[in-house]
Amino acid sequence: MYRSHVLVCGGTGCTSSNSPKIIEQFETLIKEKGLEDEVKVIRTGCFGLCALGPVVVVYPEGCFYSEVKPEDVAEIVEEHLLKGRIVQRLLYDETKSSEQVKPLKETDFYKKQNRVALRNCGVINPEDINEYIAYDGYQALAKCLTELTPEQVIQIVKDSGLRGRGGGGFPTGLKWSFTAANQADQKYVVCNADEGDPGAFMDRSVLEGDPHCIIEAMTICGYATGATEGYIYVRAEYPIAVKRLEIAIAQAKEMGLLGKDIFGSGFDFDLHIKLGAGAFVCGEETALMTSIEGNRGEPRPRPPYPAVKGLFAKPTTENNVETFANIPTIIREGAAYFASMGTEKSKGTKVFALGGKIKNTGLVEVPMGTTLREIIEEIGGGIPNGKKFKAAQTGGPSGGCIPVSLIDTPIDYDNLTAIGCMMGSGGLIVMDEDNCMVDIAKFFLNFTVDESCGKCTPCRVGTRRLMEMLDKITSGAGTLEDLDKLEELCYYIKENSLCGLGQTAPNPVLATLKFFRDEYVAHVVDKKCPAGVCKDLLQYKIIADKCRGCTACARKCPVGAISGTVKNPHSIDTAKCIKCGACMETCKFGAIIKE
Amino acid sequence: MLKKISKIPFVDTPEQAAKLDEIIAKHAGDASQLMHVMQVAQEIYGYLPFEVQKKIADGIGVTLEKVYGVATFYAQFALSPKGKYAISVCLGTACYVKGSQDVLNEISAQLGIEAEECTADGKFSLSACRCIGACGLAPVMTVNDDVYGKITAKDVPSILAKYAE
Repeated sequence: MYRSHVLVCGGTGCTSSNSPKIIEQFETLIKEKGLEDEVKVIRTGCFGLCALGPVVVVYPEGCFYSEVKPEDVAEIVEEHLLKGRIVQRLLYDETKSSEQVKPLKETDFYKKQNRVALRNCGVINPEDINEYIAYDGYQALAKCLTELTPEQVIQIVKDSGLRGRGGGGFPTGLKWSFTAANQADQKYVVCNADEGDPGAFMDRSVLEGDPHCIIEAMTICGYATGATEGYIYVRAEYPIAVKRLEIAIAQAKEMGLLGKDIFGSGFDFDLHIKLGAGAFVCGEETALMTSIEGNRGEPRPRPPYPAVKGLFAKPTTENNVETFANIPTIIREGAAYFASMGTEKSKGTKVFALGGKIKNTGLVEVPMGTTLREIIEEIGGGIPNGKKFKAAQTGGPSGGCIPVSLIDTPIDYDNLTAIGCMMGSGGLIVMDEDNCMVDIAKFFLNFTVDESCGKCTPCRVGTRRLMEMLDKITSGAGTLEDLDKLEELCYYIKENSLCGLGQTAPNPVLATLKFFRDEYVAHVVDKKCPAGVCKDLLQYKIIADKCRGCTACARKCPVGAISGTVKNPHSIDTAKCIKCGACMETCKFGAIIKE
Repeated sequence: MLKKISKIPFVDTPEQAAKLDEIIAKHAGDASQLMHVMQVAQEIYGYLPFEVQKKIADGIGVTLEKVYGVATFYAQFALSPKGKYAISVCLGTACYVKGSQDVLNEISAQLGIEAEECTADGKFSLSACRCIGACGLAPVMTVNDDVYGKITAKDVPSILAKYAE
């Protein structure tokens, strides 16, 4: 028994800001003070509040130390661990209180959250199977193998109302039943951990923070559908996740929780890891399977669906990481528990990766039906620097955006689809008034053009044409007629593309056209970019009244576009100006504006 | 995705060749392991020159077109060598809305190379990547295994200076 536990976040965010060094420092200093039998240091998965990383939590007090630097460790060891005095200056502001530390659960960031998929992230050491087992790990698997028939397992998943968390929202239980119904000499379970959606990192956090729950869930899925082999297809860009999965699989095999005759039930299940190599389209289920087989990851037409003819042409069930992460809890706590959360048609919780122009960037898990306002203003802490909220982008390059007028929409699959948006994998990027929506649409198109696999023409050529039209608009050469053409081409691509990537690629354009048409019109009619982003439409100007004639800008200008004499207002030659913005940064009097 | 193909002549050491032969021999004849073999080969050489692709194709028992097809399909595979210091700027959404394009432009201007290129002395290479998952630190750039978060274009000179020696 240890009297204190020091939990240090070992997720990618905190690791990038030096948490391994912090752990090392703790271990050295604790040893130096002879506390190694009293204090245990544990590297956990992500706590969620990435904005304040690196995060260190000390129990039993539950002190949440934020933005800890390696040089702060000595003070925590000396003051807190040795003398029992909490280091106030490092405490997360929201947990400070006059008498003692306020529990994390009562802070704005955590109080509306309900962690199911992330339940062990930031709680256990992901590299130790015993900690997972201590937190009810592998109980669900034991229950399935020893008490339930495969049909009963599928029924529980169906009753829970769980829908695919990768974006599509297809009912998971139904998917399992399709594979189960097909007879074959070999079936497969595939976990889609190819989280290619930029700005989404919930799958990575689950794999890093709780890899055993994915192993347990996939084994349950194998039992329910009659599969004896599984593949986890994970991005090579997630080295920490891959390493922890490898450790977890080895530990599970050693304990007999994976492999032959699990729990003496006669059921065999084996798992392999396959590394992706950076192709967004591989997140599409048929493309992912083609990639596992060693090919270019091009999608295949459906039908036949994977449940009939999937990996290596055998019946296959493919689910996303977050979907699997819910399974052990559903089996253990029952379908009714899971179905008690969420809305009528979207049950349970959803993890969102909050990013962009928001104070508390990080991972949040909330019941379905929570409004965007709650997520952004309460949990996310609002927009920094006093800027105004403009829109939230969901669903990445396949999704749309939610404008401020719809900020009170309860978020679930159907509501988002109804407003022309998409749940997607759960990336939620917040944008403020400084972001140009046409530029954002162009950004996503740029992404899809790059990632289009080239197999079908509507996507390969169509997205490139869309991109060119957006280029024309942002360079000031667009006309109102172009906006109609843009829309027409969007619908054409949606209807005719082979796979999900192409069918959803125009969504960012359609959504911004729908909610921010005035911004498009400003670009084509007034030839202005209201947010001041599109360079071709900007002009730098000097306000004569404010200019003191200090010549600083003229000296800074790399192309000599600014002229004027000392103590007299200067002016910019717009024909020469390359719009680098150096003058505006240099001016101390706020005399230079862009419009 | 368009890839830049290296014009630098291919040279390898006996150790590198031995490692490559070993991984090819381990998976000879198993086409489903092609990507894995290519990933290991890229670890050995830093990129996939034609000579290496040919060796893999022959060893695994697939056509060279197939290897080339896979190499050009996935962003991870490089057809030109990386610099001693490989710089990567995240252009994922979270980083982009916080100005990572400006950071990329600044590095490009400072080094005089475009994205997916390498400086003539082989010291720096520059690439744009899609989300490394450290969105809490946006905008993010990496130099080999060092991660720099919450940066602006102004931080670029001081970061590059660390690798100047």
